[in-house]
Amino acid sequence: MSDTATRPLPVGHYTYDQVDHDFLRARVEQFRDQVARRISGELSEDEFKPLRLMNGLYHQLHAYMLRVAVPYGTMDARQVRMLAHIARTYDRDYGHFTTRQNIQFNWIRLEDTPEILEQLASVEMHAIQTSGNCIRNVTSDEFAGAAADELVDPRVHAEILRQWSTLHPEFTFLPRKFKIAISGSPHDRVAARFHDIGVVAKPGPDGAVRFEVFVGGGMGRTPIVGVRIHDHLPEEDLLAYLEAILRVYNAYGRRDNIYKARIKILVQALGLDAFREKVEAEFAAMDRARYRLTPETVAAIRARFGTPDLIAPADAPAKLAADRAANPHFDRWARTNTHPHRAPGFICVAVSVKPAGGIPGDATSHQIDALADIAERFSFDELRVTHMQNIVFGHVRQDELLALWHALGEAGLATPNLGLIGDIIACPGLDYCALANARSIPIAQKISARFADPTLQEQIGRIHVNISGCINACGHHHAGHIGILGVDKKGEEFFQITLGGSAEDDAAIGQIIGPALPEDATVDAVARLIETYLTLRQEGERFLDTYRRLGQAPFKDSVYATA
Amino acid sequence: MPLLESGVLAADPWRPAAEDEPIGAGDVIVPLARLDEGLARSDPGRLGVLLPPEAEPSALRAALPGLSLIAVTFPIFRDGRAFTQARTLREHLGFTGEIRATGKPLPDQYEFLRRCGVTTVEVPEGTDPAPWAREHARFDVAYQPSILNETREGFALRRIPG
Repeated sequence: MSDTATRPLPVGHYTYDQVDHDFLRARVEQFRDQVARRISGELSEDEFKPLRLMNGLYHQLHAYMLRVAVPYGTMDARQVRMLAHIARTYDRDYGHFTTRQNIQFNWIRLEDTPEILEQLASVEMHAIQTSGNCIRNVTSDEFAGAAADELVDPRVHAEILRQWSTLHPEFTFLPRKFKIAISGSPHDRVAARFHDIGVVAKPGPDGAVRFEVFVGGGMGRTPIVGVRIHDHLPEEDLLAYLEAILRVYNAYGRRDNIYKARIKILVQALGLDAFREKVEAEFAAMDRARYRLTPETVAAIRARFGTPDLIAPADAPAKLAADRAANPHFDRWARTNTHPHRAPGFICVAVSVKPAGGIPGDATSHQIDALADIAERFSFDELRVTHMQNIVFGHVRQDELLALWHALGEAGLATPNLGLIGDIIACPGLDYCALANARSIPIAQKISARFADPTLQEQIGRIHVNISGCINACGHHHAGHIGILGVDKKGEEFFQITLGGSAEDDAAIGQIIGPALPEDATVDAVARLIETYLTLRQEGERFLDTYRRLGQAPFKDSVYATA
Repeated sequence: MPLLESGVLAADPWRPAAEDEPIGAGDVIVPLARLDEGLARSDPGRLGVLLPPEAEPSALRAALPGLSLIAVTFPIFRDGRAFTQARTLREHLGFTGEIRATGKPLPDQYEFLRRCGVTTVEVPEGTDPAPWAREHARFDVAYQPSILNETREGFALRRIPG
């Protein structure tokens, strides 16, 4: 293996060596060739489509959209600055962080894409398999390697899955897209049960890593909570077992109807037992030595991850306590936007990319550059994109939190609403997407503006509001405590409300409460749902808890009862 | 139709069995429905079979000793079942003869085809072989084991595709 890197390895993600760079360059050249063949007419649009999709290039309502992969959501400052550069140079000066921990650019010209991919490749980034009927970018826990409750750092295995799935010869033309998430914490922050495959790493009895494997979850038109297909998969069998699952899917998944083509439909059609039997038969027949994930392989990939030197001054917690006591605004933000770190004197920071009245997940090139600067200054040069479309700084010294908060404030990124009602997930909707029935962004902005008061937000407490502009559910409305789905009623945009969904350990699919409403009436309905909750809640209950205790009736009445 | 092997055009000694006619002599590819008829043939020529995408490769298990070629099919290039069929034929059934891709595969799928065990590709008349040759030589490294006995690149999961 050759290695030209002379600087220390970046913290938090795999570092390319020369072979990886050469591979990516060859991939960029391949795409340049494909674009040239398309422009010359040698490739039809139908033939070009899956090729551009496999490089993250969509054709949307108004322009091409390029979705750039952020493996397990983690980037270093150099990579983040490249994204800002792309936003400035090739787009309209902003980018959009997605629920798959990626970033997408909405106003891209086809002829610029080879050059953009070449620039991304220079910082070890790409758009490979961010769309198309293949294994998509592998997502992971935004607090990986930092969270106090973590049992196994999932990023090394996320990287192994990224490499294994990259241009996989057998699984690049599947019946439909295929999403894998991996976590190493007992608290599910990756929505493992809403993925085609969800993997939860845990230490086995012998200390070696084992995996719990969930299969057949997903949102979309047919929301299904995934089922556990394996409880204690040994590390060495991780790739073999996933190959077995994918082979069964590739051979038997439906190809006659794209709405019935996801693995969840196959698992439902066969039943878990019959599906597992097929997977086990394939697994038993495989040449397992060939697919074995050896400890040496794991160690080799792990060795290309930089690790942070987590040393904080002994008085860091005391300094933070004093800073919080002295500034109520900072204190509020610290209360909502941080997460416990495993190391003494450190803390994880979650930055809201959801300002009151703003567009969820959108950041300007100036803000993206500011995030890079802050990562460099305060968090070992590393940041993570979250599946909530926010940003996490994994390793921040507690005595430096106040300075970080000031820096965020200067960039307009200090909104104290993480996990609160302003932290809305919304898909791009009819403003961008050719599939949408309704605009998701304006209603998200109205709800966010309606509840802008941070005191009110904190009083309402933890709640997930998810908005999708159509039944394909990119805003994960099924998993929202309050879900909002855009529908088309005779050419008018209406919104259907669901309640009681969750993407976490208590995964559940939200239930529709009644007829769809126009946009402003929907915003009013959300306000009434919240009032009802505030009136009826018991001590310590989240919105979801009160809903589960009382059922739909009082909430439904509050929305539909005529005055 | 023209045939590609190792990235270049190659002569094709095979012919498909004509419909409604006896299979006849020489190297003939028969449809799956006529496999028994082909196996019962007394001609010294070689026998191949066309495996449709929905068929189980294991259906050929008993016939394998009598088969020199198995053709898999891409009704459209997006239908990737043939990748799994080819890999199954090599890995589980130990088939060592020619696996031929037919239908509508794209040059951009060439490496995938070969790494799943496909040896030849049938392309439409008038196909420019240059993109196929380019894709044949495109990548120096792959990131996962395949059923080919590829040389390890030396690091982690990486292989050098032949």
